[in-house]
Amino acid sequence: MELADILASLFPGGHEVAVTDNLISGSGIINAIKVHVIGIAGQSPLGCEGALILAGHVLEITRKGSAGPVLVLIDSSSQRMSRRDELLGLSECLTHLAKTLLLAGAQGHRTIGLLYGGSAAGAFIATALATGTLVALPGAHPAVMDLPSMARVTKLPIEVLKAKAEKTPVFAPGLENLAQTGAIHSVWNPDQSLAEQFFALLAEQISHDARDRLGESRGGRPKAASIAERVEKEASHA
Amino acid sequence: MTSANSWYEAGARQRVAALLDPGSFVEFIGPEQRESSPHLAIFDLPEQFDDGIIVGRGTLEGRRILVAAQEGRFMGGAFGEVHGAKLTGLLRAARSLREPVLILFDTGGVRLQEANAGEIAIAEIMRALVEARMAGVQVVGLIGGRAGCYGGGSLIAGCCSALIVSEQGRISVSGPEVIETNRGVEEFDSRDRALVWRTMGGKHRYLIGGADAFADDDVLAFREAALIVLAENGRLDADVLEAEQQRLEHRLHRFGKAHDAIDIWTDIGVSEPTEIPGLANDEFLRRIADKRETANGAR
Repeated sequence: MELADILASLFPGGHEVAVTDNLISGSGIINAIKVHVIGIAGQSPLGCEGALILAGHVLEITRKGSAGPVLVLIDSSSQRMSRRDELLGLSECLTHLAKTLLLAGAQGHRTIGLLYGGSAAGAFIATALATGTLVALPGAHPAVMDLPSMARVTKLPIEVLKAKAEKTPVFAPGLENLAQTGAIHSVWNPDQSLAEQFFALLAEQISHDARDRLGESRGGRPKAASIAERVEKEASHA
Repeated sequence: MTSANSWYEAGARQRVAALLDPGSFVEFIGPEQRESSPHLAIFDLPEQFDDGIIVGRGTLEGRRILVAAQEGRFMGGAFGEVHGAKLTGLLRAARSLREPVLILFDTGGVRLQEANAGEIAIAEIMRALVEARMAGVQVVGLIGGRAGCYGGGSLIAGCCSALIVSEQGRISVSGPEVIETNRGVEEFDSRDRALVWRTMGGKHRYLIGGADAFADDDVLAFREAALIVLAENGRLDADVLEAEQQRLEHRLHRFGKAHDAIDIWTDIGVSEPTEIPGLANDEFLRRIADKRETANGAR
């Protein structure tokens, strides 16, 4: 789905969402609830400046004290890979953005990510994966790393990687693979009203990070939830 | 140059033993429980019974403290499913128990053989870390190992209330090889080690406020620095993030046109900035005193 169609389906009554240099910001109304919107468009990479601009929007939302939901729309590539970004401390800028989203969640805003295109690595972690609930549209294509690059790093032929990808969802790119690890709450139906699906999601109570349990029940991450729980228990009993 | 107690040369277990009060460390889900990665066998890779990270509790000058230490010599300290879940569990415990945490980073980032599980693990760790800090818990990162602190590891480090680095501690999202592979050798020559150190290394991070304490490459120096940093307040709230927004905007405004770290060090006002990489630590600290940018808790 294209961004304009997504916004039209989310906000049939109109919206004030603008895209500047592939950074999304603004708001719209769904069922009389004001929804704040930020995001990345055009499969663009996220660098220091972009991360701080988006973080600034989130801080402005939380500063105002309203408890409206924050929707994060994502169609990005990875973090911007450059000498300059690393020189300036890209890790601090990306993390700062993630922290503003996590703070918004803690202050009572529902934070919902909608992955409608690509996303990868640091950009994915700083945006979509920092929301309380992440949903996706069919055709979304998240990746930690593309298979050709992975072949270079792991020194395995790409045919071997493709064959292994058939057997396990744990490393290969793609929406279905990532969903099995619990990272994606659900995949929306593009043929139905996105406003209604958004509203239904708002009605669900989500209080803690249940992604590891979800990954366990879907079979993509057999051990994470139980390991984390056991560490927590051992720490509490010691 | 490395000392007899070199942090860089030590393994995860040696670091923990030397950092904490002698004999105080108790490990959670130790290697005897054989909780190794369920995914490495797919790639015919050897497993390790602790999956490359040890987590547990000890004391530091008598004060209870939770500790996680990555083993950079196993799979480059990379985050896989089990590795990540151990740190997530530790941080969740820290929040409910209100106990401070030390994270001894030594990592290349997400373990590609279990990339999806590793990536989501990074996100879970960040959330657990931030929630612990919002409850007032300090989480301090120590960086000076062989593998550096790259990729998802650098993003977890960015969530910490304070960072201690040595000269050897490199912090970066994209590693030198990744930048070179994607953008070409003209953008970043990964074989130019001097370029790597001055762009991502501990001295530069400390100079621009990307780290809060600078330690010699020595386990006892890290211990001393940890004690000082732990005396501070690590709470994360809206005011801290407003201050961090200003701090980082200021940094981009001030240094955004720099091409090289030397340009930034010149701008900061360090005398003879080209000498910085070669300076011994005491001379380095003397040379930059009152000049470096500081985070002042805005992280």
